[in-house]
Order: sequence, then C-alpha cells, then structure tokens
Amino acid sequence: MRTSVLRWAWAPAALALGACAPVASSTRAAAPPATPAPVRPAHPADAAFVQHMIVHHAQALVMAELVPRRTSRPELRALAERITISQKDEIATMARWLARRGLPFPDTSVARHPEHHGEHAAMPGMLSGAELERLATLQGEAFDRAFLTAMIRHHEGALEMVAQLSAQPGALQEAEIFTIASEIEADQRAEIERMRALLKRLGGAAPAPTPHHHPGGSEEHR
Amino acid sequence: MTRRLASVLLALAAAGCAVPGAGPAPATAPRTHDPRVGLRPGFRDAGQAAWNLRLVANVPKPEGFYDPSDPGAFGYANSDLAFQGNYLFQGNYHGFLIYDISNPAQPRLRTAFVCPGGQGDLSVWGTLLFMSVEEARGRVDCGTQGVQDSVSPERFRGVRIFDISDLERPRQVAAVQTCRGSHTHTLVPDPRDPNVMYVYNSGTSYVRSPRELPGCSARRPEEDPNTSLFRIEVIRVPLDAPERATIVNAPRIFADSAGNIAGLWRGGALGPGAQRTSPTQACHDITAYPAFGLAAGACSGNGLLLDIRDPANPVRVDAVSDPNFAYWHSATFSNDAAKVVFSDEWGGGTQPRCRATDPIRWGGDAIFRRNGNRLQVAGYFKMPAAQTELENCVAHNGSLIPVPGRDVMVQAWYQGGVSVVDFTNPERPVEIAYFDRGPLGSTPMLGGYWSVYWYNGYIYGSEIARGLDVFELVPSRYLSANEIAAAKQARLERLNVQSQPRYTWPATAVVVRAYLDQLRRNRGLPAAEIDAIDAALARAETRTGAARRVELAALARRVAALAERAGDPARVRAVVAVVERMAADAALAAR
Repeated sequence: MRTSVLRWAWAPAALALGACAPVASSTRAAAPPATPAPVRPAHPADAAFVQHMIVHHAQALVMAELVPRRTSRPELRALAERITISQKDEIATMARWLARRGLPFPDTSVARHPEHHGEHAAMPGMLSGAELERLATLQGEAFDRAFLTAMIRHHEGALEMVAQLSAQPGALQEAEIFTIASEIEADQRAEIERMRALLKRLGGAAPAPTPHHHPGGSEEHR
Repeated sequence: MTRRLASVLLALAAAGCAVPGAGPAPATAPRTHDPRVGLRPGFRDAGQAAWNLRLVANVPKPEGFYDPSDPGAFGYANSDLAFQGNYLFQGNYHGFLIYDISNPAQPRLRTAFVCPGGQGDLSVWGTLLFMSVEEARGRVDCGTQGVQDSVSPERFRGVRIFDISDLERPRQVAAVQTCRGSHTHTLVPDPRDPNVMYVYNSGTSYVRSPRELPGCSARRPEEDPNTSLFRIEVIRVPLDAPERATIVNAPRIFADSAGNIAGLWRGGALGPGAQRTSPTQACHDITAYPAFGLAAGACSGNGLLLDIRDPANPVRVDAVSDPNFAYWHSATFSNDAAKVVFSDEWGGGTQPRCRATDPIRWGGDAIFRRNGNRLQVAGYFKMPAAQTELENCVAHNGSLIPVPGRDVMVQAWYQGGVSVVDFTNPERPVEIAYFDRGPLGSTPMLGGYWSVYWYNGYIYGSEIARGLDVFELVPSRYLSANEIAAAKQARLERLNVQSQPRYTWPATAVVVRAYLDQLRRNRGLPAAEIDAIDAALARAETRTGAARRVELAALARRVAALAERAGDPARVRAVVAVVERMAADAALAAR
C-alpha cells in the first residue's frame, strides 16, 4: 500500500459551501450509513490538524470554483478540476477520521472569511476574504497568474501545516493519521510542481518559496 | 443503461460469458456478470467465489495483532510476505509474524513479534530479517508507546535488521535510519562478494527534520541540490557483521542528461483524457532480478529499467510512461526477463478502484516487452470483476507461478481478491483462476490482499484484516495437472519477491508432460504425435539403467525430428531438451 488514505464517498455530503451560511450540523455529514463506528481517542494535535486542514482544503475548493468563468485556458480548468477532486477526496477521508473519533466536522464557511475567525486566520497560506474577493474580480491572463500564485501559496501552507504537526509533541503517532498526513503532503507537493510549471509557461515568475502572510506563522520553508 | 454497457453485455452474451482462453474480445469495462459480483459482506463470514483455486487454510491474526472493535484498523494491517525454508514471514504495521508452513494446509504460528512502525515489509536472508519502517511512531527499541517528542533519538524510520538464528527470539542487530523512512526495500546480493548484501531503500513519506537526522532536506532541487527527495538509498550490509550496515549511496536515478535530478515525469496527464500520473520523485517497489543484472523500478511517475551489475551504483537504462497509470507501484519480470509486468496503484490502495464505472485499463497491470535496454508496452490486464464502493481494490503485489513454458502470475487486488493471469502472450493476457470474498463489512474498511505469492507449490495470501490464507491451484482446461505438478518441482530455498529468483526445472517426466499438455492446447503438434510421445515416455519410465537411457535418447531424437514442421517448434525443442537431460541423468545413474 502506498501512503494513502481511505476516502470513500459517503462521508461529507456537507461539503457544499454555502456563501457564509454556516454548515447546518457539523457532524451530520460524516455519519456512517449502517453500524456505528467505534469511537477511538485522538491526540488533540492530530484532531486540530484534521479540523484545520478540512477548512484549508475547503478554501481551495472556493478558489477552484472561480476558475471556469474566469479563464480561457483548458489546462487551468483541468488543474482546478484536479484540485477539486483531490481536496474533496481528502476532506471525505478526514471527515471519516473525525467521525470515528466522535469529533465534530468543522464549520467550513470559515474558508470564505478566515479573518472573521481569529484562530483560523492563522492557518498558513490561507487567503483573506478580501484577497478572495480581489481574485474574483480578475479575468483572463491576470486571473490565471493571480490564481496560480495564490494557490501555490495556499498549497505550500498545507505543507507547512504538516511540518507544524510533525513538530508537535505526541502528534502523528497513530498509523492512520500518519498515512493521511503523508498523503496530503505528497499530493500538495505534486500539485505545487504542476502549478509552478504552468505559471512559468504563462510567463509569470514562479513565486519565491513562501514567507507566509499570516502573523505568527513560521517563515521556514520546507 | 449506457450504450457502452449495453454493448459489453451483448458481447458477453455472444461470447458465452467471456470464457478466458476462448478468445473473447478484450474487455472494455469491468464485468458485472461474474460470480465475484455481489458477494455477501462480512469479516469472518463473507461470501466467497473461487475458480480454479482452492482455499486450503485461513489463519486469523493472533491476539495483539488486531483491534477487536475495528477489523480494518491501519495500525494492525498485515503487509508483505517473505519465505525461507519451511517458514513464512508476514509483515504487519504492528510488527511481524513467523509461521511454520511445513504443512501448508496448517500453518502454525511460531513467533509474533511486536515492533510497530508500518509498513513492515520484510525480506529474509539466512539468519537475517530485514524490515521497512516509515511511521513517526516507530521506535529504535520497538516499543509500542510511540515517540512523543517531535525530534527524538528514540524515533526509528528506516530499515531494521534482525538476527533470527533463534526464531522465537529475533534480535535487532542494526537499524539504519533514513530521511523518509522505509516504505519498501529490495535485497540485491553483491555478485562479487557473497559476504555483502545491498539493500535498495524506497522512502515515500515526508522528510524528517535535519535536527533528528542530519542532512535530511525536503527542499526542492532548485533550492537544495542535496535534497532528500528524488533519490533512493543504497545500504551496504556486511553479512558477517550486519551491525556495520550503512548507507553507501543515494543515487539520483531520475536525473536527466543535463544533471537535473528531477529529470523524469513532472506530474500531470500525458494527454487529453489520460490518467494523471504522479511526479517521479521516489520509487515504490524496485524488483531486482540479479540473475540478469537488472532491476525494474516502479517509481511513482515512471517505470524504470536499471542496470544493477554494480549494485552500489544502479544505472537507469530506460524509463517508460503510460497514459493509464496514476502511480507506478510494482514490477515483476517474466522468468526469461523478456517481459516486465508493471502495476499501477491508482488511489493508493485504500480506495475502491474496481467499480463498474472505473476504466478497465486504470489501476491494473501494463505488460512490457524488453528488448535489451528498451521497454515497449504490449498489453494490459486488470482483475475483471466489478467490485463495490466498500472494497478498496487496485493492482497490488504478486509473483510468478513457475509453469514451464508459460508466463503465469498470481496477484493481489486488495478486496478485489486473488487473480491468476497468464501473460505468455503479453498482447492478450488471460485470467485463469481467482478467489474473492465480499467486503469486510457494511462500511468501508481497509482490507483484502496485500500480497499473494507462490512458494514451493502453494499460494500464500497476506490478507490485511483476515490473516493468512493458503491456496492450491485446481487443474482446469487453462492449467493442467501436469503443469501444476511441474510448477511444484521448481523449488526455492527462499523467496523475497522483490529480489526475483530465476526458476529452473528438474528433468522429469512431469515437466515433459506439462509441455505436451501445452502442445495439445495450442495444437503445436498433432494429437497423435503427442499421444505417441507420451506413451514412449511412459515406457521409458518403467525402465532402469542403460535401457532407460537408450529409450530416452531415442525419444529425444524422434521428437527433435518433429520440431521443424511443428506448429510450435520452440516448445517441441523444450521437450527435446528435457528428454535429453533425462537421458543424461539415466546415464549417470547407470554408472
């Protein structure tokens, strides 16, 4: 088995991101269909990582949603589609992990306005609501470049979240969370390389390794 | 019903339900009419379907190696297998198990050794057992308490080496730390020094902190030419002093001619409608074939052919891509090394990728012909029966079944079961046997076969959740009793599937009859000739001494005379060669 994760489709029906509408019931989406899953304890750092990563991934979905109506490039559409599929898959896996541990699915509406929710704004690579709005006003080449630049930063933030998790005492000790984190790391890394290559072809300078914009975040690049 | 599905069903109906070997059109979608479809779910009582395979034993995991509340718990997953003598070594994310298989129908647990860290893939060599460890909970001392500190000298990610002189008390004699841990590894004996074993290490997980292991770097190659990404590690093990095992090389086998270490596939789709292939940043399985000085590397984004005649310095001689592959995962050579079966682990092994809607060429095998240093794709195979959403399913680890004159492989498909495929004709691989169970339960759980290998006459399956399964081949029109008996005569002292052994067969009447059955099947000789050869062989078998030699030599000459105008001259010559060797053996015995 390659480092990968269980990501079956039944988990989060609640992934549809209403514009700022709070997700109705936070755990509803992840309830398994038949036998109740056994509840197993989770390390708080692992749990926080999963809940934050779901919100982080949810913002990638919000960003990818912008693509079809603002670009004329098929390769960018394909990229957005790929990101949507992979992030939804990973969210489904993480939702299942939370449900098995009796932990709540996070409020993903935060993804649209992280600055309204202090602690979430501290997630590396997240765009602010204003930055998201600005991105939505762009069209064509300007959008393509801004989107790629922002998404590279966003994905590098996810890499940093994995690094931060591995730096927390007691974290990553469970086989399944190790697998989830490894998979996210590999997926984001691969997508970053794709986006850098695409940005280069568009004539944009690939962004320098990200100094993350959020206050208090680590500036160390991995 | 879609038009495509309708036409497939029509085609199946016309072909009398797609009997393999009867020349069905290549499948375009998973079969929904198959005994493997719709099996009852269950952990211990799932429905079963078997064809030309018989389950002769199932040994559940021992106490302490499963979670009673969760059969699919990752932390106790069974993983890869290795064999030596009468012992089977089964890896597990929680440690390893040693079974006595003197009686294959009744494996007896000899040792259950706790040493967590996943994946726990194993190789065995004499008194040494090698184990891959990648997880952050892995400890140098094999403790179960994990490692709480983020940076700790107690953490172990890499290759462990145990002394197993005392099977009941394995003793760790070396633990070689690596930056990304060890996902899988491959033993490569030094062709010049029998006291030296090389181990190729594949790390696929995240790179650990340089504060824990100096020199580790997760930076992109543009930022750090010494990055721990884009490489494998070569560990040198002095067999008489394994404690001195150390990394001697980290070859950049993905480099291009300009020296860019990330010189192979950069990720993405090969073309419109193609599968998205991972970037080539690490190898998964590397299958060495020491007898040919070659290795086939299944390296995430590419399939590689490596020259390993100097094992410490593997050299890439070819790299192939395939539009159907998501993640190049494992490789198996045909016995003559003229073909390589690469398999694709689309979805990472934990996802259902054998559903009726999944493309039949995605998540399966691609069979390549090898011509010198060039690989060329010839055909594809995927376990053909549609599986449910509840069953993680994709191509996984398998091994050759040494049927003389044919290329036959048994392979694990996770919860898609066990499948035996004949790829003698790589353009048209054919399934000739299978075994499958229903899903583990009514919710998705990790399970199914991690690896399924032939070893000295039996097929052993490492079931992630359900334990150890043992199978026997059942004769059928696709595989005769003689062919199975001949396969059983190709014995090994040990089997590490990623260090592929070259099979040879003794000169016996059974081997001759296996070839004769094949000539009958493919009409490579007229039936009357085959009957006559068989009768002459039977007569010679009743003789001893010089008479036996004389009759066998005469038979060899007679068959040789048939070769030229035979439909399958190569196979007729194979018969001649075996009969000649039998005659020579008789001559020796007569002296």
